[in-house]
Amino acid sequence: MTFTLDAALAARRFEVSLSLAPGETVAVLGPNGAGKSTLLSVVAGLLRPDTGRSEVNGRVLFELGPGVHTWTAPHRRGTALLAQDPLLFPHLSALENVAFGPRSAGVPKREAREAARHWLAEVDAADLADRRPEELSGGQAQRVAAARALAVDPEVLLLDEPLSALDIHAAPLLRRLLKRVLAGRRAIIVTHDVLDAYMLADRVIVMEEGRITEDGPTREVLRRPRSRFAAGLAGLNLVSGTVTPAGIRSGEGLEFAGQHDAPLVAGQAGVAAFPPSAVSVFLSEAHGSPRNSFRVTVTDLEPHGDQIRVRAGELSADVTPAASADLGLAPGLEVYFVVKAAAVSIYPS
Amino acid sequence: MYTGIPRWVAAIAAVGALFVLLPLAAMLGRVNWQQFIPLITSESSLTALGLSLRTAAASTVLCVLFGVPLALVLARGDFPGQRLLRSLVLLPLVLPPVVGGIALLYAFGRQGLLGQTLEIAGLRIAFTTTAVILAQTFVALPFLVVSLEGALRSAGSRYEAVAATLGARPTTVLRRVTLPLVLPGLASGAVLSFARSLGEFGATLTFAGSLQGVTRTLPLEIYLQRETDADAAVALSLLLVVVAVVVVGLSYRGPAPAGSGGRPAHSGVPERVPA
Repeated sequence: MTFTLDAALAARRFEVSLSLAPGETVAVLGPNGAGKSTLLSVVAGLLRPDTGRSEVNGRVLFELGPGVHTWTAPHRRGTALLAQDPLLFPHLSALENVAFGPRSAGVPKREAREAARHWLAEVDAADLADRRPEELSGGQAQRVAAARALAVDPEVLLLDEPLSALDIHAAPLLRRLLKRVLAGRRAIIVTHDVLDAYMLADRVIVMEEGRITEDGPTREVLRRPRSRFAAGLAGLNLVSGTVTPAGIRSGEGLEFAGQHDAPLVAGQAGVAAFPPSAVSVFLSEAHGSPRNSFRVTVTDLEPHGDQIRVRAGELSADVTPAASADLGLAPGLEVYFVVKAAAVSIYPS
Repeated sequence: MYTGIPRWVAAIAAVGALFVLLPLAAMLGRVNWQQFIPLITSESSLTALGLSLRTAAASTVLCVLFGVPLALVLARGDFPGQRLLRSLVLLPLVLPPVVGGIALLYAFGRQGLLGQTLEIAGLRIAFTTTAVILAQTFVALPFLVVSLEGALRSAGSRYEAVAATLGARPTTVLRRVTLPLVLPGLASGAVLSFARSLGEFGATLTFAGSLQGVTRTLPLEIYLQRETDADAAVALSLLLVVVAVVVVGLSYRGPAPAGSGGRPAHSGVPERVPA
């Protein structure tokens, strides 16, 4: 009961082979023009590859090649698409938008509306049922669009950068909501944000120039990146642990204070994220803010652009070559990493 | 508000507007108001007006019936010969109507391409009310196609793609998404077609003749009256102008603002402040 895809499309230099287990969510990362959206269009049936084969739960979506020509139209695929732009039908209310899928499947009007109310409630948008799309904010519209996609109970849910058009207040809310509704659901999520991959996906694939260059469990790929793109993404310091009143306590007992949009509930799991450029390196305990100062052992030094990336276990810091020389940094040296709380983002996961 | 219109452009626009309005005003000055009501309520006038309204309504229905699929195929399709098809469909826009009438005669007339077949089936088209409707449809169809194709193109196909991934069959997508989105474009196209049908003269005269009560529409009646009774012709002309202005004024809301594609204003751009 899996989803498999093999597809090649010469005009877009696209050649991808992919499979998803039931209930598995895969994040697709990659630079612009890498073919991420092409991948979704091919799965959804909006774009026809030159050759290839795709199957979901034993049902052939397409099989194209010499002598074979099987093609399932988009509306028979069960691959609902949630795009960056909510694309709510402007002439229908939020409720009718969500009821659109069930209605198209032949569900009677009344039952379709019941289902729509259920899914609107699932995305905390029950009170928006009678609104017109033009009366919704970006975040509200995207929630309704998510309910609309979920209401058809898709075999594969396709998400094309669903958070990237949202402002910084609306995105965390929808991210948490997606985490809830994607649990146990087969989905492919194209994203620019490594945090989406961390929080929403079981597995990450990295696409570059129309091909998959990395494929593996999210933490593996980001911890030991082989592709250049993943290496760039993996630069972000991510510390998972337990939420405390001030921030996150890591498994090693380090306390990270930071900024958060969502109310934090102490004891729940969470992630602290901050860029290496926000980390300063000192040889002795820093003065001033006592928080977010950690005694670490340098494990590695490597050039990173015109900076030196100082690695210390899971954490890394960027310093200038001059500062690195002044401090006499070398593997094995004990130093203090200091990061301003303002640069740390805390996310409950 | 800044409009960006240079003064000299506004001046030329005023001259252009005057050029359209002046002849109408001149005609208005020649109306014999004492005789106006008797002139427009004479039996021949009322017959012609009734025929004009009925045939224009019928040809508008035909325009919608054939124009919607044509516009869809031209806007959404991708097939060889698409550009050629578009040029051919739009040909009646640039063709002198009398030439259209002759062409129709050679297609549907007794001696025409289909005439004999139709004759055997017991159908005579030329010089009947049906001919009037066909002539009007022939010249008015491009107005609907152009107007609707533009609306379809600016609406884009992204909503339709989403609808399809939600499980909607192509016919469902057309009925529940495409047509509602381009309804304003369709309405203005239909109104333009109706107005064009109402004013049709050359093709009608050539293909349908001028038989009172059967094929003599209001424009033909006006042309006929002009020979004998100038007052009657002016009165009927005014009537035709009033009918056209009322119809267009009631239903034609002008081209949609740039970029909105004739659908209700919705930019799709997320707001910065969540409500």
